[in-house]
Amino acid sequence: MDYPYLLRNRPRSEKLLDAGFKNLMVALASVVALILFAILIVVFRGSLESMGRYGLRFLTTSNWNPIDDEYGAGAAIYGTLVTSLLSLLIAIPLGVGTAIFITQNIIPWRIRNLIGLMVELLAAIPSVVLGLWSIFVMEPFIRPFLEFLHNYLGWIPLFSTPPMGPGTLPAVFILVIMILPIITSISRDSLDQVPEKLIQAAYGIGATRWGAIMNVILPGAISGIVGGIMLALGRAMGETMAVTMIIGNSNNLSLSLLAPGNTIAAMLANQFGEADGPQVSSLMYAAFVLIIMTLSVNIFAQWLVKHLSFKY
Amino acid sequence: MIYFIFNQLTNKKTDLNYNPYLIRNIGNQIMTMLAGLFSVIAILPLILVLSYILIKGSSQISLSLFTELPPSPGLESGGIGNALLGTFVVTTIAAFVSIPIGVGGGIFLAEYSKSGWFAKFIRFGTNALSGIPSIITGVFIYGTIVVNRLIFGHTYSALAGGLALSILMLPTIIKTTDEGLKLVSDDLRRGALGVGASRFVTIVQITLPMALTPITTGIVLAIARAAGETAPLIFTALFSPYWPDLLSRDSIFSPIATLSVLIHNFSIMPLKAQNELAWAASFILVLLIFCLNLFSRLLVRIASK
Repeated sequence: MDYPYLLRNRPRSEKLLDAGFKNLMVALASVVALILFAILIVVFRGSLESMGRYGLRFLTTSNWNPIDDEYGAGAAIYGTLVTSLLSLLIAIPLGVGTAIFITQNIIPWRIRNLIGLMVELLAAIPSVVLGLWSIFVMEPFIRPFLEFLHNYLGWIPLFSTPPMGPGTLPAVFILVIMILPIITSISRDSLDQVPEKLIQAAYGIGATRWGAIMNVILPGAISGIVGGIMLALGRAMGETMAVTMIIGNSNNLSLSLLAPGNTIAAMLANQFGEADGPQVSSLMYAAFVLIIMTLSVNIFAQWLVKHLSFKY
Repeated sequence: MIYFIFNQLTNKKTDLNYNPYLIRNIGNQIMTMLAGLFSVIAILPLILVLSYILIKGSSQISLSLFTELPPSPGLESGGIGNALLGTFVVTTIAAFVSIPIGVGGGIFLAEYSKSGWFAKFIRFGTNALSGIPSIITGVFIYGTIVVNRLIFGHTYSALAGGLALSILMLPTIIKTTDEGLKLVSDDLRRGALGVGASRFVTIVQITLPMALTPITTGIVLAIARAAGETAPLIFTALFSPYWPDLLSRDSIFSPIATLSVLIHNFSIMPLKAQNELAWAASFILVLLIFCLNLFSRLLVRIASK
């Protein structure tokens, strides 16, 4: 006796189609991994020549001289770290403060939604447009302020050079604008995930709003917030166009924030178009350093978000 | 009780009444105001940038802006027609490459292997790829396609630019496809499989249509982001002061102008006419991207009803 309804006899063509479709999807998914490896390999291979010639000296010296073929990315690496860390320092209180303000029932929900929408729209403005704005609007506007800094605090090495237009500090400001939306939206998501009961309990024992925020809500959401901050750091390190347009692209290592500086991304954007020979290899080396920096920050951020997530 | 009434009558505060002069309450007020101030500072740049672009850009909107080529240095009048067309061409190429790969990868993650090691690896790769700076994709395409003249011996080309942008779009599309498909209830899949549909039919006719809105939203957002990207284009698609000849095959194999690269190039020129055009191009680009963003929001709203 056979059971015609239990197992349908699948025609050969159907089986083939099913298997073929699955294999196609697997192949398409593999493309992602292939691209990632290809990027690493291509950039690494491209930088081999320069790695062999300069070794680790490349990371610490900062002369960039295409005429003598002497290269060192020290100034650019220093600039990348300084601009990204400094912008993070400014953006953290702004972003987390905004996230608290729009999640903790302080203002009516309509205004909250409006602020949230505006912060997200800020993320949609292209980097190059922000760069244009920073050249023609922001930099002239803040220059008196920077001059004031130099005149009165010039004895501090950070403000030791007179501002002359493009510089590291304006680049930091534009970076703040670019990473604010990331910090705000991720902090907002983590704050929203803190259980309502926990917050009510805190209020129930007589905590003030900020007592609850500081002692209960923020500690509960801190892993997500820190993860978001790390993602923002990765973004700030790799941000190219706006920084290129406002930082001044000088390869002289200067401690002063008012002097023109450089970042790895800005250096790549500026020089790749007309580079040849050893310069290309050195630029690839710098690109490789940038990949390693951003990838490690990003992977660490994802690890943080995953393994330190909410444990109440 | 008598004590309470007495206090009420004499209007004296007990411990249980809110006392605005306690240090903790003053601190509370100050912190709330500070957070409010931070939010105002956070949305200030958007207002400043948008209003400036609106004022500067909208005053230049005219027909010639869309139909004419950018002026040579020293000349006055001109438009950004070729860059507008170029942005369209490059973004279309990027979409054509990245949508099938991205949606396919998402289908694999959500439908075939939810937690296998390979799926974990692909998820990790997707996240890692989304963390790679956009300029690196330009460096990559430059190092493979442009230098080695991989595409029929052409160097800088619209196709190379489109490929660089497609790498940027991939992670977004994969993630949204994966998330969108995960939202489809498993009962539907079982139902379809139960009435005898094959895996292929289940996915193509049941789950994909159900998840169409989130997937489309992700694609629209990815396109919006790609349209504004500059860094991967400055040494892959380069720039061209001429019209792309869309009827001939050569157009996608030769350098092409795009709005974003035009903004970059024209903003650093010390010429007034070019700077003005950079503002006009910014206006159009921002308008385009905001429309795409609003469209994706509209999609979400329609889907949630």
